[in-house]
Amino acid sequence: MFDLDLWSEIISALKKNRMRSFMTAFGVFWGIFMLIVMSGAGKALENGVLDGVRAFATNSAFFWTERTSVPYEGFQRGRRWNYETSDMDYIRDNVKEVEYLSPRLFGNQQAGNNTIRGERAGAFNVYGDYPDYFKIDRWTPIQGRLINDIDMIQERKVCNIGERVVEVMFGKDENPIGQYLKVSGVYFQVVGVIHAETRINIGGGKKEETIIIPFSTMRKAYNYGNRVYFFSVTSKPGTKVSDLEEKLKTILKDRHKVAPEDQQAIGSFNIEKEFVKFNALFIGIQALTWIVGIGTLLAGVIGVSNIMLVIIKERTQEIGIQRAIGATPATVIKHIVAESVFLTVMAGYIGLSLGVGVLEILNQILLKGGDKLFFRNPEINLTMALSALAVLVVSGIIAGLIPAKRAVSIKPIDAIRDE
Amino acid sequence: MIKLNNIHKSYVMGNNSLHVLKGIDLHIEQGDFVSIMGSSGSGKSTLLNILGMLDNYDNGTYHLSGNLISNMSETKAAKYRNDLVGFVFQSFNLISFKNAMENVALPLYYKGVPRKKRNQIALEYLEKLGLKDWANHMPNEMSGGQKQRVAIARALISNPKIILADEPTGALDTATSYEVMEILKQVNDSGITVIIVTHEHDIAAMTRQIIRLKDGRIHEIIRNGELKQFQKSYMKELETA
Ligand SMILES: Nc1ncnc2c1ncn2[C@@H]1O[C@H](COP(=O)(O)OP(=O)(O)OP(=O)(O)O)[C@@H](O)[C@H]1O
Ligand SMILES: [Mg+2]
Repeated sequence: MFDLDLWSEIISALKKNRMRSFMTAFGVFWGIFMLIVMSGAGKALENGVLDGVRAFATNSAFFWTERTSVPYEGFQRGRRWNYETSDMDYIRDNVKEVEYLSPRLFGNQQAGNNTIRGERAGAFNVYGDYPDYFKIDRWTPIQGRLINDIDMIQERKVCNIGERVVEVMFGKDENPIGQYLKVSGVYFQVVGVIHAETRINIGGGKKEETIIIPFSTMRKAYNYGNRVYFFSVTSKPGTKVSDLEEKLKTILKDRHKVAPEDQQAIGSFNIEKEFVKFNALFIGIQALTWIVGIGTLLAGVIGVSNIMLVIIKERTQEIGIQRAIGATPATVIKHIVAESVFLTVMAGYIGLSLGVGVLEILNQILLKGGDKLFFRNPEINLTMALSALAVLVVSGIIAGLIPAKRAVSIKPIDAIRDE
Repeated sequence: MIKLNNIHKSYVMGNNSLHVLKGIDLHIEQGDFVSIMGSSGSGKSTLLNILGMLDNYDNGTYHLSGNLISNMSETKAAKYRNDLVGFVFQSFNLISFKNAMENVALPLYYKGVPRKKRNQIALEYLEKLGLKDWANHMPNEMSGGQKQRVAIARALISNPKIILADEPTGALDTATSYEVMEILKQVNDSGITVIIVTHEHDIAAMTRQIIRLKDGRIHEIIRNGELKQFQKSYMKELETA
């Protein structure tokens, strides 16, 4: 029901005192603005972090070795040990829950440049990996191709390199594909430039600075023997990776004469667990945002209510006159509440728009920052905007109702006499 | 029309109670032109406000057009006021951010008359009161006499049976006062009951009945025929003053 008279009444009453109306509205504006911006920023952090892990197989787990911490079967504590290729074969053959298994070797990680090409040199993270690795931690080839099974079987001296490696080792106009890099004394042909889809980092260093060569090639070229430094697995659908993680640990301890109760000897973590932690964190951030936002909003609404009270007080006589010439209490209340709702919603709407605007600008800036930032795509969903609007309307009604009730509680004659 | 029977009214402030009206019996016929006089604080305004249902009374009965006015809800009182009564105040009491026409039209707004129609009616009333050219002026652009005429137009627009005016000329100079009284006389001639409160004997002398209050009671009622007599004593009062 649109009552033109009601609205012209309200607009003229508000216009009559622009400054006061503005100050009233500002509290609400600020509340909703903060709510939107904070919530958007929280969401952006969530998006940034989750995007960084989303492409990661959530059913994956990672294993490395540490020194033993418990003496066992004649071995002293503090023993250094390694996984072996036979462990990998054993797991592949006997643990049915394993979907992908990808052992890894680490290249020479001593300080200094390990990669040379003519005049150019750089220090990069070199890994020997199975092709299955790309299914656990996703990489996409920007140029060329990923390392495949044939490279593995033929022990080909080929490599995939990250974007930073291209920058350092090649000129601007050079095409790296087919070129050779000398990595720790051995030449490898570049078959692909690869881009990491995730920012979960295993083994340290930046992902852009990675050189990946076939596991088999690395093992042979640098004489690693049977050693395996590290491996990743994913669990088959329907099985829990945490269970698999425990099972594999037990098997490996048994095969290497590590005490079953040794908590240190095997280093491992699984993404599932991390996800749960992340989710709790983001729920916490969103909850906090709402608590602070609603608090600010509430302060704004209380401000509106207070100022409405003052306005009503100033207008006591006017209201008294209106009642003397026939305005019913319901009419008076309707006017005051409508005024309050109008102020609140207008202010809220402006706050909402401005908040979204700020988030949009932020988003543009973030887009320029590329995907290295753990902060992306600040967004505000429709539900949130609508519920904020609902909160505004309701609070506007409450903010108006209290002074309105007070306005009609005094006798009209007392109101008229009011000086 | 108006029937008051033993009306009492006290104002209670904290522990003190001020007994203002101590049993008023009054009968006012439709079409009467009445002034209420009395010294300051004698309860003139109090009585008028009770008549206008702006205030309630403690004891007695008040019948207006045959209806007992007692303890009714604010909503009902508002409706009665809108239908039966028009108010004119000493300080005009126009709404400051509305122009003359909008002020006059306001009672019709509360009756739900559409804007166009009520503004048109308001213009008619302004024209009757010689204020047609001032329709779009704001109250602060008008003289006291003009404002009071706007207020009278506003009181008349809802076709009331009674006009209640508390010192309608109290803020005006003599010439303007007489103009306003002339208008009220015309209003009364059209059949509307007019009740005014005034301090001024010459103003009161223009009405057809004078009710003098003293100590919360009706001291005397001077009717049309006795006005000559009243004027004589009024001259005497002037002399002694
Ligand atoms: N709302 C109120 N609360 C307390 N006392 C009041 C109130 N209104 C009026 N009075 C007191 O009641 C008495 C009568 O007041 P009222 O306004 O009726 O007098 P009046 O005859 O109109 O006087 P005046 O000629 O000065 O206007 C006065 O003593 C006044 O102080
Ligand atoms: Mg008075």
